[in-house]
Amino acid sequence: MARYCVKRILSAIPLLLVVSFLVFMYIHMLPGDPVRLQLGMQATQDQVDLLREEMGLNDPLLVQYVDYMKGIFTGDLGESTRNGASVIDTIAPRFGPTIMLTICSIVWAVLIGTVIGIVSAVNRGKLTDYFGMVVAICGISAPSFWLGLMLMQLFSVQLGLLPTSGLGSWQSYILPSLTMGAGVMAILARFTRSSMLENLQEDYVRTARAKGLGEYFVIMRHAFRNSLIQVVTVTGLQIGGLLSGSVMVETVFSINGLGRLLVDSINSRDYKVVQALLLFFAVEYIVVNLIVDLLYGVLDPKIRYS
Amino acid sequence: MAEKLLEVRNLRTEFKREKGFVTAVSDVSFSIRKGEVLGLVGESGCGKTVTALSIMGLLMGTSGRVTQGEAWLHGRDLLKLSRKEMRSVRGRDVSMIFQNPMSSLNPCMRVERQLTEAILLHNKCGREGARARARQVLEAVGIPDADRTLKSYPHQLSGGMSQRVMIAMALSCEPDLMIADEPTTALDVTIQAQIMELMLEIKEQRNSGILLITHDLGVVAEMCTRVVVMYAGRIVEEAPVTELFADPVHPYTAGLIASVPKIGSGVRVLPSIPGSVPDLSVMPEGCKFAPRCRYATEKCRQSEPELTAVLGSPTRKIRCHVFGGEKGGARS
Amino acid sequence: MADMENGVISPEELPKAQSRTKAFIKKFLKRKAAVISLVFILFILFMGIFAPYIVPYDAATPDYTALLQGPSPEHWWGTDEFGRDVFSRLMVGTRLSVFTALAAVTIGTVIGAVLGLLAGYYGGIIESVVMRGADILFAFPDILLAIAVVAIIGPGVINVVIAVAVFTVPSVARLARSATLTEKEALYVEVARSLGCRDRRILWVHIFPGAVQSLIVNFTMRIGTAILAAASLSFLGFGANVTEPEWGSMLSQGRNYLVTAPHIVLFPGVLIFLTVLAFNLLGDGLRDTLDPKIK
Repeated sequence: MARYCVKRILSAIPLLLVVSFLVFMYIHMLPGDPVRLQLGMQATQDQVDLLREEMGLNDPLLVQYVDYMKGIFTGDLGESTRNGASVIDTIAPRFGPTIMLTICSIVWAVLIGTVIGIVSAVNRGKLTDYFGMVVAICGISAPSFWLGLMLMQLFSVQLGLLPTSGLGSWQSYILPSLTMGAGVMAILARFTRSSMLENLQEDYVRTARAKGLGEYFVIMRHAFRNSLIQVVTVTGLQIGGLLSGSVMVETVFSINGLGRLLVDSINSRDYKVVQALLLFFAVEYIVVNLIVDLLYGVLDPKIRYS
Repeated sequence: MAEKLLEVRNLRTEFKREKGFVTAVSDVSFSIRKGEVLGLVGESGCGKTVTALSIMGLLMGTSGRVTQGEAWLHGRDLLKLSRKEMRSVRGRDVSMIFQNPMSSLNPCMRVERQLTEAILLHNKCGREGARARARQVLEAVGIPDADRTLKSYPHQLSGGMSQRVMIAMALSCEPDLMIADEPTTALDVTIQAQIMELMLEIKEQRNSGILLITHDLGVVAEMCTRVVVMYAGRIVEEAPVTELFADPVHPYTAGLIASVPKIGSGVRVLPSIPGSVPDLSVMPEGCKFAPRCRYATEKCRQSEPELTAVLGSPTRKIRCHVFGGEKGGARS
Repeated sequence: MADMENGVISPEELPKAQSRTKAFIKKFLKRKAAVISLVFILFILFMGIFAPYIVPYDAATPDYTALLQGPSPEHWWGTDEFGRDVFSRLMVGTRLSVFTALAAVTIGTVIGAVLGLLAGYYGGIIESVVMRGADILFAFPDILLAIAVVAIIGPGVINVVIAVAVFTVPSVARLARSATLTEKEALYVEVARSLGCRDRRILWVHIFPGAVQSLIVNFTMRIGTAILAAASLSFLGFGANVTEPEWGSMLSQGRNYLVTAPHIVLFPGVLIFLTVLAFNLLGDGLRDTLDPKIK
């Protein structure tokens, strides 16, 4: 188990390095001169040269990359070109809303998704199954931004029950979380169902029934316990995607989170902030997947004891 | 003669297919007495397993259902019990051992939990008591290091060990009847003998009954007291084991026995039964074995024979127009 | 149970003399949801080509006498803030919205399939490079990768195609590789090799057809995802020019009138939803008919 963990963690390191290098290269891949971008068109050539030297853009690429990495570890990600504030200060207040929203979405999506999946699998071919799968395929197919607007129209505009935008009271979390989690819920429902259908056919389920175990325990303790390993994997993949899915939901509901910051920064060509956000989302995705892999080890005795 | 443990009468089980229902098991009747090992023999697909699952009420999860028949155990008809009543029968009165020990144990659960789960379900003994009982049954099935096995996960056990655990599980609530569905098929030959020996020992100690489902006539000869031969969902012959091997009456049984190689018989080419088992959805009319039977007459193709006693032999029954009603060996 | 199912083969399971295509069509036609989806998709594709010539109103001409009108017999799906007919604009927009996704997925699938096949067949360094490359692209969640690409190369329709194609490549490459690895072990490939077939011939004549089924299913499913991604990018303002009729950007424009004229948000969304749903259902149907083993 320890060896499995160490191996997994070590294998993530080269990936993190390459990804950070790509994100670092982002500025160099942009069309146009980043220095010009920062100073604007009126700046003199001298000013440009000076800043270029200051930014270390005349150094060899590798040196720049090392500097960039140093910056990451010391919390120095440069300055926002929009208002000159440090990137860290720009990003920091945005974490809260996005992370809260992600947690709320994932919690309801996992709960409802797995329940629909289990109930559908157990009632395979019956009306419940059909209904569950219709809900699921609709959830996968509905564009989140449209779903958000429709929920807003119904619950905020028509019924006046919930706030339309921003985050404040607990009610304000409901619509964004519903919107953000819908896709994950649907994917999990479909996935849990197919995994459960497979596991319910397994011999050990028959053994459990032959013991005289009640159907609830047969399903949950035996079949679902085995599906859980796969369900956790899929959930992990979805969490990674959710954080970036926040882009859509935060735009729709005008929430000052990381996703909206990314869109705004791209639009205002605030490339240092864009760079930092890309790095954060990618690293977060890799780390969540790593955690899932480790969790997989905990849940699957075959890996835990080898 | 010992008291009857289980009596199955006219069992009929149907499966739902895309087009209507097919009959997997029809008119199956037999009984098992205390201390007896009844063999249920036949080719794969002949309905042996379905018969067992029907009796156990384990057809859920499949498209099958019992449409007719009775299965009497301790004065109750198992097929008429409610789900809840049936659950208290499973594991306590009748337990079952399956073909693939490795996949029949839950890979995510320690052996201990899988054993105590069954014990706690049917006994009021508390966790400690259940654990003690689990250790005791593991020792009873000849597992040397019971404590370590309890702490193991199934993938850490060998096939033979897994089957011992399965047997221990089946034993744990002291059932009167054990149904063993091809318990040794998935195991190495050397392990097979050990497991068989173990099952016989347990049966002797507890004077319980065993329904042994197998396609292996060698196993039958070694283990069983009586044999029921099934073909295409029907019982075609029933006889005490020695008589069956010495003198098979039904042409199918005769064919089965003849196709087992015997050392020193000097036969170079083994006889085999021509043709194959009919599909459930396109069953022939009349005797189901008629298309493969070289004695088949017009009558065999038109009407299905009943299972009737063999003349002059109270312990034997046969379903055959040609050889029914006469003592075996009349064949020319 | 197991011995019951395995022991016997019913006659309808036996290979019949009729061709495989015919059998496939017959099986596919039994799946009503997939068939309806296919009809709907054909309608959408037809609109993508001919809509500009047949829709009742011009998609770009404003009509200041009919601003933000709700659905009516003249304007089936109402009018937008410039009095343009929503139905006409949406039908014309099919070209930008659906064809972008189609193009992107086609490009992504071709590149991904070739890389995956080569990686699976030759192994070694090619495999390492392709698969590590896929791993790196996988480190970015789908929509984020697309946004990153657009952030670098700028907004625009072509760039959206590139962005969506980029995130299609790694998953197709993985799929093609694993299918190739399976096919490689197949006996007929061994035979072909022992007969001295050249690599390229083995790859295209023997291995590719085996992998193509799962690629087709994946292709269909991916289109739904791609339409969603393209619409999302347009919604964020990274896609087509806002004056052009495009489903995502129409929805984005309509946001401002959600309170007074919800229909200009409703209908683009419904159309995106139905189109994506149709591709997903078609994909499900194809998967079930081509490979009933997967649930």
